[in-house]
Amino acid sequence: MRVGVDIGGTFTDVALDRSGTLFTAKVLTNYAQPEQAILDGIQKALAAANAVPGDLKQVIHGTTLVTNALIERRGARTAFITTEGFRDVVEMRSENRFEQYDLNLKLPEPLVSRPHRYTLKERMAADGTVLLPLDPDETGRLVSVICEKDYEAVAIGFLHAYANPAHENAVAEALRAAMPDLSVSLSSVISPRIREFERFNTVIANAYVQPQVADYLGRLVGRLRETGIDAPVFMMHSGGGLISVETAAEQPVRLLESGPAGGAIFAAEFARAHGVDKALSFDMGGTTAKICLIEEGAPKTASTFEVARTYRFKKGSGMPVSTPVVEMVEIGAGGGSIASIDAMGRIQVGPKSAGSEPGPACYGRGGTAPTVTDANLVLGRLDPDHFAGGAIRLETTASTTAIADRLDGLAPDEAAFGITEMVDENMANAARVHTVENGRDIEQFTMIAFGGGAPLHACRQCEKLGIGSLLIPPGAGVGSAIGFLKAPFSYTASRGYFQRLDAFDADAVNAVLTELESEARAFVAKGAGAAGTTTRLTLAMRYSGQGWEIPVIFPFEPLGKSHVPRLLSAFEAAYRTLFGRIIDDLAVEITDWSLTVATDLPDVARAERFGAGDTAANGRTREFYDAALRQTVTAHVIDRSTLAPGQSVPGPAAIVEDETTTIATSAYVVIAQGDGSLLLQRKAP
Amino acid sequence: MSIDYQVMWNRLIAVVEEQATTLIRTAFSTSVREAGDLSAGLFDLQGRMMAQAVTGTPGHVNAMAESVGHFIDAIGRQNMFEADVYLTNDPWLGTGHLHDITVVTPVFRQQRHVGYFACTAHVVDIGGRGFGPDGAEVYEEGLQLPIMKFAERGQVSADLVRIIRANVRQPDQVIGDIHSLAACNDAGDRRLQAMMAEFGLEDLEGLSGFIMERSRAATLKAISAVPDGVYENVMQVDGFEAPVRMQVRLSVEGESIVADFDGTSGTSRFGVNVPMVYTRAYACYGLKCAIAPDVPNNFGSLEPFRITAPEGCILNAARPAPVSIRHVLGHLVPDVVLGALHEALPGVVPAEGASALWNIQISARPADPASNLPSVELLMFNSGGTGARPTLDGLSATAFPSGVKTMSVEATEHVGPIVVWRKDLRSGSGGAGAYRGGLGQTIEIEARDGYDIYFNAMFDRIDNPARGRDGGKPGAAGSVALADGTPLKGKGRQKVDAGRRLVLLLPGGGGYGDPKERSRAAVEADLDGGYVSEEQARADYGYGASGE
Repeated sequence: MRVGVDIGGTFTDVALDRSGTLFTAKVLTNYAQPEQAILDGIQKALAAANAVPGDLKQVIHGTTLVTNALIERRGARTAFITTEGFRDVVEMRSENRFEQYDLNLKLPEPLVSRPHRYTLKERMAADGTVLLPLDPDETGRLVSVICEKDYEAVAIGFLHAYANPAHENAVAEALRAAMPDLSVSLSSVISPRIREFERFNTVIANAYVQPQVADYLGRLVGRLRETGIDAPVFMMHSGGGLISVETAAEQPVRLLESGPAGGAIFAAEFARAHGVDKALSFDMGGTTAKICLIEEGAPKTASTFEVARTYRFKKGSGMPVSTPVVEMVEIGAGGGSIASIDAMGRIQVGPKSAGSEPGPACYGRGGTAPTVTDANLVLGRLDPDHFAGGAIRLETTASTTAIADRLDGLAPDEAAFGITEMVDENMANAARVHTVENGRDIEQFTMIAFGGGAPLHACRQCEKLGIGSLLIPPGAGVGSAIGFLKAPFSYTASRGYFQRLDAFDADAVNAVLTELESEARAFVAKGAGAAGTTTRLTLAMRYSGQGWEIPVIFPFEPLGKSHVPRLLSAFEAAYRTLFGRIIDDLAVEITDWSLTVATDLPDVARAERFGAGDTAANGRTREFYDAALRQTVTAHVIDRSTLAPGQSVPGPAAIVEDETTTIATSAYVVIAQGDGSLLLQRKAP
Repeated sequence: MSIDYQVMWNRLIAVVEEQATTLIRTAFSTSVREAGDLSAGLFDLQGRMMAQAVTGTPGHVNAMAESVGHFIDAIGRQNMFEADVYLTNDPWLGTGHLHDITVVTPVFRQQRHVGYFACTAHVVDIGGRGFGPDGAEVYEEGLQLPIMKFAERGQVSADLVRIIRANVRQPDQVIGDIHSLAACNDAGDRRLQAMMAEFGLEDLEGLSGFIMERSRAATLKAISAVPDGVYENVMQVDGFEAPVRMQVRLSVEGESIVADFDGTSGTSRFGVNVPMVYTRAYACYGLKCAIAPDVPNNFGSLEPFRITAPEGCILNAARPAPVSIRHVLGHLVPDVVLGALHEALPGVVPAEGASALWNIQISARPADPASNLPSVELLMFNSGGTGARPTLDGLSATAFPSGVKTMSVEATEHVGPIVVWRKDLRSGSGGAGAYRGGLGQTIEIEARDGYDIYFNAMFDRIDNPARGRDGGKPGAAGSVALADGTPLKGKGRQKVDAGRRLVLLLPGGGGYGDPKERSRAAVEADLDGGYVSEEQARADYGYGASGE
């Protein structure tokens, strides 16, 4: 028996798997003592499953607490030690403004302010040779200063340390010798990749959250033991796999996006079960929407991302973190997103959100700004009497008033339609751009929609994107926690190491690969023991002289000179997919090497695909506005729980359940599936 | 229909963003791929810009906005066919110097010509003397490509490619970049076609009219909120052989605004001259930031800003004046217009900043020509401090008005045989004020063993630092020297021998308001972080005077 636990901003979700049967629980997140909510949630799930703590064999955990600590700046007293001359790399950032027309722009403050950034005279060259040796006396003096200042954590980031970590290691040893309990993070360990701003930021973020995360994980394990849960605890990492709690405590920066990664794994597992090779997961909550590409059952991953964006979710307004991550596009579009009119008379939606307090105007909690939820209500897509299982009675007149007040000059229906259409357009746009940037054709994808708001908007997204099939899984309310249960043990080891194909040094490359493999295997073995594994090699490659590397997957095996033509053709194939052409006669180089070792996923039980059978009808109808037809239509209203596998409901239809409503537009038909999911399929023309 | 037009307007922004992204990812030019020094946009059949990617820099974008009209005039609509590609690097018809190549691709829908995509990027080399101010005429600055067809009906002009290859130092990369520019327009075209199919559009006229009308109306409304009057400002900057006087007279009346640069110095004998198109681009940008920042950039929102300058002044240089580093004075233009606008809109505009980027083009050459070591060209973009704002400190080491990024030192050192020993904030360089100017930075560069380096200096605000506003003090002046103190010139090609270090001190931004009114907590934080020295804290801020 295994249990997955996801701590989110509002709720802590628990999913317990008893020989294939799921039991779930949801409790409020406890900010002061997050582990308490976990224990409460697990108790609830155990009770539901009629089981006792001792039955649990594994606890798998993911959390947004690490991200929140960065956003809210609640981290350790941290010092940063860097190469003399580079004290301000994390403050100078990329030296540009992420918004060109705002004269009053504020740039994000670095996590470690200037007084706490120290330098040492030392220098590596780009090729790893020592240009200026470290001075042991100066190091000693700095160690004394760090001792005196009572820091809880120290990050070390030297220039070109990915190419030669000797100086970082020497300083770390000196610090540890003087202060054995001090938390020390090295850029050559946490993120050994080229580009100082990203690497320094990553190691600082790691150091900044490390004491807190280690402390929390220690407490969690202790409390679990006290409760009689002796099972090992594993952590979900941002790359979509599991690591041991010890590794997580050393490298907490790898936990940053663990909650959303769980959601992506949930969608990936669901795609595998339904035999969907190309899926686009779409998760929409109250404030943001997230989109992820899932191909052949695996979410797409990237090597860098940005956390804690401070300015309208704008690229460049956050902190870059260079660690393996499930690649997700996040935009400020959710049920609570506020609509307004700009200087050009255009409707703008989000990224400002009314959140859950005061919430949309229709909640009647004092919110006066019109939101996406208000627009959905006015358009008939939400039932005022059965929102959140009837927990909140929605006030349509409040929505109408809010929309009329703030979107002056437009008829209420037109304004409400404008709001949903703009938010749908923003989300569809983000999805379209993301697939195009990856050289994919979105029309061949199946959408998988979950999260409170997604089933309301997904069908319209599909219309806009030309997607023919949409799946709404069951149990989506605790999707991330379920995803944790499906994740493999995995670890990605990476290294910045330049190799031009025309001067390929196979021995040196093999030495790097061997190192990466043993590093990754060691971490995986901590959780998975001797389980079967798959190894995947990803190379960052480019034409020599370009600045943008593309990921190229290559079989992992000892490399020799004879591999060079194959490396070239793998690069050219990937380049062609992304950019539609290749360039002849230019040198090609590899800049970074990433090796992922992951345990094999168990075969998934294939869900039977039900075609459209009987039409489910109960005579209940309501009217809602169909965006594509630009008119109000009379829709079937069906309780999701009453649908039997194979039963169908032709759109327009509203499939209702406690947590959400699935809107099927006139162009789609709903077919209930055997696993409780809904398949929305475009009607034959 | 209005909602559909709004949706399509939004979609066009995504279309041009994709166009720009394609360019960034496939370009060879350092300034494009690392720094985002490019622009991309969609134009209607009349050559009016409908949308532009926000990744671009103002000088490129606003200049490129005018260029499509010149292509229409030069080539003629009747000579335009599907799968054509046009280009130019004409400084007066493109974006101000020969290094920028503008590529225009006509858009056809069902055999009907409906508009244009255009994009601009700074290429690694264009022949001539290389990127620097030493040429006496534009002819010395490199290969000139008048507006012409790069490809006709999909067939690339092999002769043109041969001519370009023969004239530039890095032919593979330059030709590669031209292909990247063409490919980026193609990427935009594919998305535009899909959008037109989705909405059943046969042409862009209705949508373009909607965008122009809404943008123009919003801009005029914003201009009419500026109090009527005539506002003047004069600013002196270093220039090349003699200081340059930049003078502007801003006339605002109702919905009309005119910035006239009469009174500005005449042209220089060196490549710091600015073609009118580039002056207009930056003047417009400065005004727009302060007056109508939220209106998207397009023909409708740019057209109401009228910018004039007498021909032959340094901000309206005529052919064949050299213009290679026109960005230096161009970047200083917003400071001039914003200074004038301050009279009309107190409490809105910032103090003067470093403004001109401190770009440095480095040529690493083997000290011993017989050593067989390769020669390498490197380009770094670096920024000083911006001026303090009415209620905020200036931004340290941050580009304004340019929108470019710096390059990673680690990446730069992989490209060529130099060591950047220092690149950090320059303590004490921010102008004192109630709000402090942004700090400049210090950069130290040395060649690696076996190499000498030559660099092209294109730096300003060495003799004329950024002035403060409303009682704020000036930012620190810039400096160019060797580590042993030997002074070097602020402009032009110079050598740094093996074993010696080049030291650049980048200027700080001006302060805003009386320094004595700066909050004590802010002064203490500045002291604590070493942003100001104790002596400065005493002298400028009166800190410690009353027993603190």
